[in-house]
Amino acid sequence: MMNKYMNNKVIYFVLLAALLALPFATDALLGRGWVRIVDFAMLYIMLALGLNIVVGYAGLLDLGYIAFFAVGAYCYALTGSPHLAMAFPSLFPDGLHLSFWIVVPMAALLAGGFGVLLGAPTLRLRGDYLAIVTLGFGEIIRIFMNNLNAPVNLTNGPQGISRIDPIQVAGVSLNATQEVFGIALPSVHLYFYLFLSFAVLVVFVSQRLEKSRIGRAWMAIREDEIAASSMGINTRNLKLLAFAMGAMFGGVSGTLFAGFQGFVSPESFSLMESVMVLCMVVLGGMGNIYGVILGGLMLALLPEVLRHSVVPLQQAMFGKTLIDPESLRMLLFGTALIVVMLYRPAGLWPSRVRRRELDADEVAP
Amino acid sequence: MSVLLELSDIGKQFGGLAALTNVSLHINAGEIYGLIGPNGAGKTTLFNVITGLYQLDSGKFNFAGHDYQSTKPHLLAQAGIARTFQNIRLFANLTALENVMIGRHQRTGAGVLGALFRNKSTRIEERLSAERARELLRYVGITKSSQTLAKNLSYGEQRRLEIARALATEPKLLALDEPAAGMNATETESLKVLLQDIRTTGVTVMLIEHDVKLIMGLCDRVAVLDYGRKIAEGVPDDVRNNPAVIAAYLGAEESPSPAGGRGVGGEGR
Repeated sequence: MMNKYMNNKVIYFVLLAALLALPFATDALLGRGWVRIVDFAMLYIMLALGLNIVVGYAGLLDLGYIAFFAVGAYCYALTGSPHLAMAFPSLFPDGLHLSFWIVVPMAALLAGGFGVLLGAPTLRLRGDYLAIVTLGFGEIIRIFMNNLNAPVNLTNGPQGISRIDPIQVAGVSLNATQEVFGIALPSVHLYFYLFLSFAVLVVFVSQRLEKSRIGRAWMAIREDEIAASSMGINTRNLKLLAFAMGAMFGGVSGTLFAGFQGFVSPESFSLMESVMVLCMVVLGGMGNIYGVILGGLMLALLPEVLRHSVVPLQQAMFGKTLIDPESLRMLLFGTALIVVMLYRPAGLWPSRVRRRELDADEVAP
Repeated sequence: MSVLLELSDIGKQFGGLAALTNVSLHINAGEIYGLIGPNGAGKTTLFNVITGLYQLDSGKFNFAGHDYQSTKPHLLAQAGIARTFQNIRLFANLTALENVMIGRHQRTGAGVLGALFRNKSTRIEERLSAERARELLRYVGITKSSQTLAKNLSYGEQRRLEIARALATEPKLLALDEPAAGMNATETESLKVLLQDIRTTGVTVMLIEHDVKLIMGLCDRVAVLDYGRKIAEGVPDDVRNNPAVIAAYLGAEESPSPAGGRGVGGEGR
């Protein structure tokens, strides 16, 4: 027992060291641009883990999840940029310029509120019907962001909001290279560490929720809603809670995204993004945190790997670019999904329970 | 003897079909009460009404001193009605232990904060909840590992797991929808022993059953439904010889002979 505990400790220590060294290794081996790509992968992992609560635990198919990401992003964009000063000079002569650390809980609450707003009218829906309504919700949010530049210019429409304040940690801006203990940390490295700490927090929260009374109640609803309510579970409240918790993760990721990019516009929150996050959850292994992380990592990195390898490869082989990497991405992506669903229907890294279930099926035919 | 559940003129329609018409009955605390009737008589509908899955169209019922007309399943579960289902509805992909622990949901209170911080009271609650769940698994006679997935248990064990899960909610009234369906004679016998034991713990039992031998040997009182109406009620022996019941089961052409012994449950003799 003690030995196992020690082993776990060693594993965690090695993992932590590897993660801390990751931006430096990436920088040295692949270049600065890739550190930025890894940063985005961290954001996607957080989103996928948030969606996993709704889809993986409570079994509610949500195709508009990116809307909560958008809510979080615009929350920081509005409160942390000069946009308000331009749009409402009399009300906010200098803009709000709230600290990121104040905006994070605000955005979490606001996104959670939107989660309840989406959940409340869809309580009776399940499966494909729910998927259609949530899809509509996601689009409504995006279209609102796109059109709320008139009559009052709240979101600046399709041009988006720019010049968002960089995130500051303890008064230190993450947008410039900082020296820590004599080591120069470029901006992308700093953001990596920030995103990493948020991702670790999200993993922790997910794990705790999964193995709790609340998590069990969610899974009961996923397995059989009628039986769950007959066992005294208030399915309405718990479904709303699942929507709200998932949305909060999305909202927090959104603020990180806005601070990192310094710019948000509605086109970052298209339906395709929702589908992408859902694919991460399904491909990785619904309901299993590690599977979802794997799925998020793979799907966030795959297009970049293609972008950087397809063109040089074609140049070398044919002397010109025959297929645009962007179109090849969807082709490979679709193929990967079909292959995974055929051969590993529970995902690449299925949850504990699902794996056991598959094992049992093999033992007892 | 105090009345635990009292149904007054319950009516339920599905479109033009009257599934229940003016059904009135009462169940005393501590009883084992049987509900029988031919297929489609409205027995399961009655169960669904008193467990809140269906909203009734007329009448009302009183459970443990409170009147109910339209309500939610989880509120009735909290009030103390727990049930099993005719077609087993376990949480198939969760373990046996988790299934029973979910039954503890309404008797425990840890929320999101408790889950996140896992403070002392949450830890104690989780431990007690798991202990109680293991106890109940042993009680109903599930000897397999508590980590077995519900779907991988045998049919008889799944029926028992449903009972354990229902007992975990700490019910006053345990409503069992055909608990012996598909069981062999030995399994039925041990189910009978289990139900009698459950009654001694102070839980009132109501069951729908087609196994007449089980009903006659187990129940204190029996009600018979036919076409959504209560046609008889009373102690098993009276009900067995009730002409209306015999007519419902065997057809109404011939007039039943009291001494004929061709009544319901005749095969039990």
